[in-house]
Amino acid sequence: MIDRRLIAHFDWVTLLITVSLVTVGLASIYSATHTKWPSFYQKEFYWLVIGAGFMFAAIIFNYTLLDRLAYLVYGSSILLLLSVFFVGSSMGGAKRWLDLGLFSLQPSELSKLALIIMLAKYFSAKNVPQKGLGLRQLLIPGAILMVPFLLIAKQPDLGTAIILWMIFWSVILVVGIRARTFAGIILSLGAMMPFAWKALKGYQKVRLMSFINPASDPRGSGYHVMQSKIAIGSGGLTGKGFDGGTQGKLMFLPEHHTDFIFAMFAEEWGLLGSLLVVTLFLVLVVRGLDAADNSKDRFGFFLAFGVSAMLFWHIIINLGMVSGLMPVVGVPLPFMSYGGSFLVTCMIAVGIIINIRMRRFIF
Amino acid sequence: MKGYFKDKEPKEFKTRVFFSTVLVAVVFFLLAVRFWQLQVLDGSYYKDLSENNRIRSVKSPAPRGIIYDRSGIKIAENRPGFDLYLVPEDVTDWVKTKVMLKDLVDIDSAAVDEKLEKSKGRPPFRAVKLKEDLTWEETVKVESFKFETPGIILDVTPKRHYLYGEAAAHLIGYLGEINEGELQRLGERGYDPGDLLGKYGLERFFEGHIKGIDGTKELEVDALGRKIKVVEFSPPFPGNDVTLTIDLRTQITAWNAMREKVGAVVAIEVDTGRVLAMVSAPAFDPNKLSSGVSAEEWERIIKDPYHILTNKVIQGQYPPASTFKPIHAVAALEEKAISPHAMVFSGPAFRFAGRDYRDWKEKGHGNINIHRAIIESSDTFFYQLGLKVGVDTLARYSRKFGFGEPTGVSLAGEKSGLVPTSEWKKRAYGERWYEGETISVAVGQGFMLTTPLQLAAAYAAIANGGTLYRPTIVEEIRTPMGGVVKKFVPEKTSTLDVSPETIDRVQKALRGVVMDNGGTAHFLERSGLRIAGKTGTAQVAKLTKRVKDVRTVAYMRRDHAWFVGYAPFEDPRIAVAVLVEHGGFGSSAAAPVALEVFKAYLAEDESGKGPVELERTAPVAVKAGFTQGALDDR
Repeated sequence: MIDRRLIAHFDWVTLLITVSLVTVGLASIYSATHTKWPSFYQKEFYWLVIGAGFMFAAIIFNYTLLDRLAYLVYGSSILLLLSVFFVGSSMGGAKRWLDLGLFSLQPSELSKLALIIMLAKYFSAKNVPQKGLGLRQLLIPGAILMVPFLLIAKQPDLGTAIILWMIFWSVILVVGIRARTFAGIILSLGAMMPFAWKALKGYQKVRLMSFINPASDPRGSGYHVMQSKIAIGSGGLTGKGFDGGTQGKLMFLPEHHTDFIFAMFAEEWGLLGSLLVVTLFLVLVVRGLDAADNSKDRFGFFLAFGVSAMLFWHIIINLGMVSGLMPVVGVPLPFMSYGGSFLVTCMIAVGIIINIRMRRFIF
Repeated sequence: MKGYFKDKEPKEFKTRVFFSTVLVAVVFFLLAVRFWQLQVLDGSYYKDLSENNRIRSVKSPAPRGIIYDRSGIKIAENRPGFDLYLVPEDVTDWVKTKVMLKDLVDIDSAAVDEKLEKSKGRPPFRAVKLKEDLTWEETVKVESFKFETPGIILDVTPKRHYLYGEAAAHLIGYLGEINEGELQRLGERGYDPGDLLGKYGLERFFEGHIKGIDGTKELEVDALGRKIKVVEFSPPFPGNDVTLTIDLRTQITAWNAMREKVGAVVAIEVDTGRVLAMVSAPAFDPNKLSSGVSAEEWERIIKDPYHILTNKVIQGQYPPASTFKPIHAVAALEEKAISPHAMVFSGPAFRFAGRDYRDWKEKGHGNINIHRAIIESSDTFFYQLGLKVGVDTLARYSRKFGFGEPTGVSLAGEKSGLVPTSEWKKRAYGERWYEGETISVAVGQGFMLTTPLQLAAAYAAIANGGTLYRPTIVEEIRTPMGGVVKKFVPEKTSTLDVSPETIDRVQKALRGVVMDNGGTAHFLERSGLRIAGKTGTAQVAKLTKRVKDVRTVAYMRRDHAWFVGYAPFEDPRIAVAVLVEHGGFGSSAAAPVALEVFKAYLAEDESGKGPVELERTAPVAVKAGFTQGALDDR
């Protein structure tokens, strides 16, 4: 299975970027939590080890295996999502976690990968007309999206639901969609807005309201955003130094080890740190797109593209959120935010990219 | 073919991927610019905010949803009021601050410490609410001394105002400060220590709808903790508005008729179950309770012998007495235990197992049929009927009419009443059922207990021909933008499954109570409102002698007075149940109250004028005295 040519083509750069990001992330989590919850960074470290194992697996097996396993992966992700409603434990009013004793699993994270794999399988075998997809051709992929999407929206986990949505449309747009169909969908979604509004939970409504009218921020997230901006801004050019941040330490910044970890990091490492991380992320996403571009088959193309889209939307929404450009929707930052399931998901994603890149010359 | 296609190198996407890459690069560049803006361009501003901890966070409570009556008249609204906050981190001199607080707004040191203790887990520099709803003088005082009291902040927030105060107190409810248990249960939903929430009535039941979503103000302050400007305002989102089924005019009339008595009035729409009025007396002042009462005042309220905080319409459980005779009559007629025309001798007393069971009427009623027995409210007739039908069959019919379980109205703490059966007796007392107890149950006494709401709903079912509706108070809940969240639809609890002939006979008898000579509420005929109904006098204590004048009996030993009925009888629209605790006889104490309620609702309906004069008027002159002295029945 391990071919010498594979090692020759191994993508060390992507691996190095990942290691850097994970290191920066772990350090930030340590800085954010070691005084209050001393065991947090250790837990994250264990997750990192688990993630590395999954990443290794995602690299060594030929990714075409995923093509064959797509139904299984997708089906089991749906089952896991369903099981959350019956045996899930709730936190903060939402049922998202499966308690597995030693650690808890968040099935909605894995469903991101499952969606990508399933869409890749579907489109890799589909002859798309020159003009692009019409409404009828969107029915099946639409259903592939909607099943996990609705289950996750029901939990409720607005952040993940949005990510699934964005992954889906990124893939659809790269496959190609008829201009008329696209315009039609946008118009009808616009018309459905008032009805969708009714289905949203109170806090989700207010968060969305602030998206439409940025001057009105919801309770809590106004506080988050202000404190996040202060933390980032007060970092200045060079930052306050590792473990020197005050905003995060004093608990001004809620969720400073999860969704707002970047604010914590930027406070301690300044603009130089921010630019470093932004650059690392940029290179990662671009390499992912490049992997898609050079992939030797359609499945690999869609897989690499979908995974890159997932990372991209996570990064953009999270950084936009912490810097006050976007509403607070609860999307974590890859490799840096505290949270095991998501870390594993991201590491598998990178593993897939590396896998596709190193197999592009092998037939 | 498929396989070939699948393995083809995907070249057609090259352009799209190129554009994606460009897009990604642009977006990342914009992010980099944003960080440069925050960290370098505005860096010193944020540094200053961070170093001096210059941001204070004050909660901005959402205005609660407005409560309207059925025609859109406001019953509960919001007015602006000032709250006093303290940011402990800004206090430089605690001794001075505490003295100032005592002088300016009369909060003693212990109270301040208690509030601070309660909000221990707050984020730093988050203001703690010290006092709700300052008076105008207090506001002025605090404002003029603000330079001497760093850390003290005033803020305007919406306050609840109940326009009709006591008149709808139990129905609407009141607000109170969140307690620890509620905080643990609701903390996730954005409640903080010191917040107000619905504690009673609709305010409590529909808290989730009415509350809205609180906002926050992020205030930038100077070195002394004084407000400079609002840097981030997250506006609150108002709660949903609630339109009730209540007819305010009927409600206020009912309150005016009851306000000097102790008891309950409830009126419901006969063929939908909409509650038109719900009054429990004595009542509390919801405005006072909601703005925080003193410990002594609270003590007085909860220790009041007349149970101020009990909504007697749904929580008062009383023997229904003679008002239950029509329901037993339905059981007897349906079970063919008696023919409608059978004449039964109903003397002054009925002898059973060596004991005399008396009738309320000294001379007895002679030979009468069931129609007459209801009209004259003969006890001896129903003693015999009850024995013939048996307690378990009586209970089966009582349950059909909804007795023995809560009606399911949207208010917390509703009681179920009690429909005794032989099996129940065994469970509760470990004893068999005695026939003598059936005799008591036959006239709605003994173990039997009902709430006024259950009786009103059951009479409405008789009036509409046999459908039991769940009483409903809320017509509609709307978002502040006007979108309908919830709309009332009549909800059938059950159909009685009773023959139309039986219902018709009982309806005729109830009409006779008012219209026929010798009817126990014959005096209501003069009103011209075509009322049908039944009086009742529930025994509280065993009296050894027949009582002519209730005033000779100690208050707490006096009987409860009932009137339950509906009008107009050809086309019933409203059913009313009135209970006056220790009121004496049903016809003299309770029926006049019911009459006022009928008048208010039906007059309005007919004139089509809509609600008139809703200002609080002086109580109607139906005192606890007994003007209709001639009416010595029950």
